Amino acid sequence: MRKGISTAHSVVDPSSGSQWFASVVVVFYALVTMIPLVWIIMTGFKTPADSISYPPKIVFSPSVEGYCNLFTTRSRQTDEYLASLPPAQGRCEEIARSQRMAVAGPSNFAPRFANSLIIAFGSTIVSVGFGVMAAYAFSRFKVPLKDDLLFFILSTRMMPPIAVAIPIYLMYRELGLSDTRLGMILLYSAVNVSLSVWLLKGFIDEIPREYEEAAMVDGYTRLQAFRKVVLPQAVTGIVATAIFCLIFAWNEYAFAVLLTSGEAQTAPPFIPIIIGEGGMDWPAVAAGTTLFLVPILVFTVLLRKHLLRGITFGAVRK
Amino acid sequence: MADRLARATPAPLAQRMRGLSDRSIAWLFIGPTMLLLLAINIFPLIWTIKLSFTNFRANRPNATPIDVGIDNYVSVLTDPDVWAAMQTTAHFVFWTIFLQTLIGFTLAYLLDRKFRGHGFWTTLILIPMMLSPAVVGNFWAFLYQPQTGLFNVIASFISGVSPSSFSMLGEVPLAPWAIVIVDVWMWTPYVMLICLAGLRSIPDYIYEAAEVDRASKWRQFWSITLPMVLPFIMLAVLFRGIENFKMFDMVNLLTSGGPGSTTEVASITLKREAFEKWRTGYSSAFAIILFVAVFGLANIYVKALNHIKNR
Repeated sequence: MRKGISTAHSVVDPSSGSQWFASVVVVFYALVTMIPLVWIIMTGFKTPADSISYPPKIVFSPSVEGYCNLFTTRSRQTDEYLASLPPAQGRCEEIARSQRMAVAGPSNFAPRFANSLIIAFGSTIVSVGFGVMAAYAFSRFKVPLKDDLLFFILSTRMMPPIAVAIPIYLMYRELGLSDTRLGMILLYSAVNVSLSVWLLKGFIDEIPREYEEAAMVDGYTRLQAFRKVVLPQAVTGIVATAIFCLIFAWNEYAFAVLLTSGEAQTAPPFIPIIIGEGGMDWPAVAAGTTLFLVPILVFTVLLRKHLLRGITFGAVRK
Repeated sequence: MADRLARATPAPLAQRMRGLSDRSIAWLFIGPTMLLLLAINIFPLIWTIKLSFTNFRANRPNATPIDVGIDNYVSVLTDPDVWAAMQTTAHFVFWTIFLQTLIGFTLAYLLDRKFRGHGFWTTLILIPMMLSPAVVGNFWAFLYQPQTGLFNVIASFISGVSPSSFSMLGEVPLAPWAIVIVDVWMWTPYVMLICLAGLRSIPDYIYEAAEVDRASKWRQFWSITLPMVLPFIMLAVLFRGIENFKMFDMVNLLTSGGPGSTTEVASITLKREAFEKWRTGYSSAFAIILFVAVFGLANIYVKALNHIKNR
């Protein structure tokens, strides 16, 4: 509402000299840190031979072979058999034919990718939903043994995943949850809820109690005040927390590799085992990595404004 | 106005209702989280404790496990391989956190100068931490390849040594630093983001007051900025510390603990015992010891954090 007052030409605005210095350092860091990623994306468009050439090729003729290999399985065939096939349909078939191979069918990448999406979003909804409620209760109410409970919640995250995996596997087998998406959603929710409660409690602590108290004086119940006053104020924090949870669930590998094998397997255990003829198929791995990054990248860019404003709860500033 | 009056009228009644319900709302709100954690974390933990006193092997589920008392704990604590793994883990945790905090805070501080385009660059810098550690580990193994790997080519361009003369993942002195480099590349943005949130949480009026008092920028940094961001830095360090203590995925795909056992951090040892040697009872005991160690350290740490926050 009154934001113009404190921002425009404030004495605390950084000088243009310090801004110039900061921008040079930050841009340099950003560019250097991007090199491996740009290299991953470029490798996705190389042929297997180009991907391991020396010196490394910066300029190369782009190929979709990596993406073809990612999405299809191919089998080597005799010349007679290939000659008997109908003309190649599509680019991937053409590339395969040129190497005396035929496309045998789709690979497992697409279903693994879908599993990753479903499990990541499902578990984020649960952990942020539970987390914001618990965080509010811890922030506002006199909960007996509050610090101990909070520490207990955090401590559940300290167990190495490998250690939890065996009993979880035995338990899931009893409950029929092994290698299911529901099982993975519950597992990731439980792992993430501790981060969610802790981060959100920090955010909610910074919303002045006076807002809810004023709303309750106006006749709101506690629950209405939570829904209509606290939640809108906490949106930035909730979004930031959700992004952290999403990133975790999307990227999780240890549980996924030990507890899933087929139906519920996510992309991270799948991508590293893409092997071509005669070793790692690096362009296909790079293509999978690139596609794996895209959903979260888009999501983050869309929410950039919320992220960057960071914590502008700035209760005191308003 | 009329609406406001109407809502205000039943206030005394509502007040009493609220007085009764706050406690139940608190439990209603905390309940789901607790149930989830009890089912997915605490129950398995108790199961692990139970297994740790037996010679159970998960690949022989039908054999009756024999109660072996504290034998598993004794053999873990007297195992030189376990102590070597703990040293490797300590080296990894210390250097990654030290470098991440240093670089992360510096970047956050610079980004807080709000220069033109800082939003775009922040987004770029954040990207590495969004990738899966497993996928990143896998891909850095590609970058670390002797001769053709991009890392080796760039390192040789800078230092002048031949790109085929060293192997980051294959040499005993280099491998521990190879995993530190990847972890720092990946997680510095995480620390940076939390520091940035901390810096942005400092209200301008404090700096304005400091300006009025003619405090130098240097003084403002040490007396305002750092103390107010410190709880955020400590939170970031806590989370990174716990995560890196448990580090498994990235290292598993980069080196699988090799060469030899140079990069065998605790989780890799645990995985070998539990899923390759199938010594479930022994590895359960090892897991409990690890858990108690992190739990104890984190407990002390959180007390310090609360102390700083309440100051």
